[in-house]
Amino acid sequence: MSFGRTLKVAWEGLTLNKVRSVLTMLGVIIGVAAVIVMLAVSSGAEAEIADQINALGPNLVMVMPSFSRGGLGGGQGGPPGLSYDDIEAIAHDVTGINGVAAEQTTIQTVSGGGTTLESISIVGTTAGLPEVREYAVAEGRFLSEEDNARTNRVAVLGYSVAQELFADQSPVGQKIKIGSTQFTVIGVMKEKGVVGTTDYDGRVYIPITVLFKKYTSSRLGGDKVRLAYVSAESKDTMDSVMSQLTTLLSQRHDVDPAAPDFNLMTQDSIIDTAASTTETFRDLLAWVAAVSLLVGGIGIMNIMLVSVTERTREIGLRQALGARPRDVQLQFLLEAVTLSLAGGLVGVLLGVGGSRLFNAVGSMRTELVPASIPLAFVAAAAVGIFFGYYPATKAAQLDPIEALRRE
Amino acid sequence: MTRLSIETTELTKVYGTGEAAVHALRSVALQIQRGEFVAVMGPSGSGKSTLMNIIGCLDRPTSGSYVLDGEDVSQLSKDMLADVRNRQIGFVFQSYNLLPRMSAAKNVMLPLLYSRNGHLSDRECYERAIAVLESVGLGDRVHHRPSELSGGQQQRVAIARALANYPSIILADEPTGNLDSASGEEIMELLGQLHKQGTTIVMVTHDFKSAEHAERIIHLLDGRIVSDELNGAESVREKSR
Repeated sequence: MSFGRTLKVAWEGLTLNKVRSVLTMLGVIIGVAAVIVMLAVSSGAEAEIADQINALGPNLVMVMPSFSRGGLGGGQGGPPGLSYDDIEAIAHDVTGINGVAAEQTTIQTVSGGGTTLESISIVGTTAGLPEVREYAVAEGRFLSEEDNARTNRVAVLGYSVAQELFADQSPVGQKIKIGSTQFTVIGVMKEKGVVGTTDYDGRVYIPITVLFKKYTSSRLGGDKVRLAYVSAESKDTMDSVMSQLTTLLSQRHDVDPAAPDFNLMTQDSIIDTAASTTETFRDLLAWVAAVSLLVGGIGIMNIMLVSVTERTREIGLRQALGARPRDVQLQFLLEAVTLSLAGGLVGVLLGVGGSRLFNAVGSMRTELVPASIPLAFVAAAAVGIFFGYYPATKAAQLDPIEALRRE
Repeated sequence: MTRLSIETTELTKVYGTGEAAVHALRSVALQIQRGEFVAVMGPSGSGKSTLMNIIGCLDRPTSGSYVLDGEDVSQLSKDMLADVRNRQIGFVFQSYNLLPRMSAAKNVMLPLLYSRNGHLSDRECYERAIAVLESVGLGDRVHHRPSELSGGQQQRVAIARALANYPSIILADEPTGNLDSASGEEIMELLGQLHKQGTTIVMVTHDFKSAEHAERIIHLLDGRIVSDELNGAESVREKSR
């Protein structure tokens, strides 16, 4: 029998029991949709993380004290970390940079304009922050180097803090209290929103030297900077900036450059680290999807075996009328493959639709992986052939005399 | 070409081996001319089913030869046997064996779809099916499903299916076994008519009334032919002499 006619016979076989065929397909549908959605979810997560890291600012190097060597109080006998002097040295000695900013955070109560806000992040920082983090001032000015040098009690408000304290009034020139210390507001930042886990608009910026003096104890290493940002001029100067930083800080800390007491991280290295996490996540999801596809395949095999048993007489009749074993085999194999491919098709539609829906509803960012569609399709076809082969072969090997005698 | 349709020599079929061996056929020699209408009778276990299965190319003999239309088919492969069944043999079963979801026409088309030489288009297959159904008097039932037809009509569809590929022989296994006597009589008349048109018919039956329609009756017992006579007691061997 020709392939086209066998396909027609296979199709008629499937339509004999529509509910059963659809239920059997469901396994493959779920499997294929799962493959597509899960790949879309994990690649969406990856893109989300990359976006957030890129939003930190361009060509950024993060300098962090290393806690692996000796931990707190290890190293040179003093607490680990970067001193304010280190930051100044970087600003003066390293070439090819746009700026340096140090950050140290404390949580305090802020009051002003008749309102009190609990648990506000107070960020002690340096003049370079707006440039390094691409974070502009809306009104007034940002902290200057002089503010840090003189430990001026001045503050710059994040957008939402300014709104909550002073509403429509201009906060510049107003007095606020951070903890028990009074500050003069010198500026308000533009709205930036949440980057990663940091709500920029909900923070108050003060000179880092003031933060050391008023809110942390030097005895506990409170005058050490836990995080500094260095912004390179361009991607090309990144390598040079990194090596200059290593040399400079190693010298200042008197440590071997090969085993420094600080870490340098770039966006790329953070993205890589994040990517390896999402890869594990993606692999896990892919396995879950593969297993559900496998279960779908077993469902097909099960139903095909039942179908062969039920239709033994039909098989015997077809053999008597001239069907060769291979005709019978092809008929049942095509039934299985048709089931799995139809399941694959519906699964692709459902997977693509599902991914879009997740995106639209906004609960989860998803990005369709184009390769996942042919992949899922081929996997579905392979499942059909693999799990259809045994029942089809069993059907082909039936003895026509026995088969015709069967009730 | 020989006038013989079926010729078996020393045809033997043994199931199992050793002590448990069952000799279903013992050196059966049988010659059937083209155009003959032969009834095969015998009690159950006499070997008539085995003989029909071998004549129908559904089974192969343990030893001996079976020549169908001048071709020795006794040791052909499964695929070649399937081809022989398709081209040369039309089966009529006791229980019709129609596929319930298909119309009469589609059932009749089935053997045409498995045909490997003289491949017909879908349209030609359909037209052939209609023509054959008309020839068995079911021209007005072509789109009916088996469940919408009486037993006699269903058996007519089955006979039409057997005729579809213009086979050399029709093998009918108890064709009236499931029918009331009136319908059975109609079927036998149809077979008689086909016989008059020159079709070779071999029929297994228990029913003497059905056997009356045949021109020659063969009795089997314990795997051997115990009598072979023309309807009306004249010996075939004497006739051929």
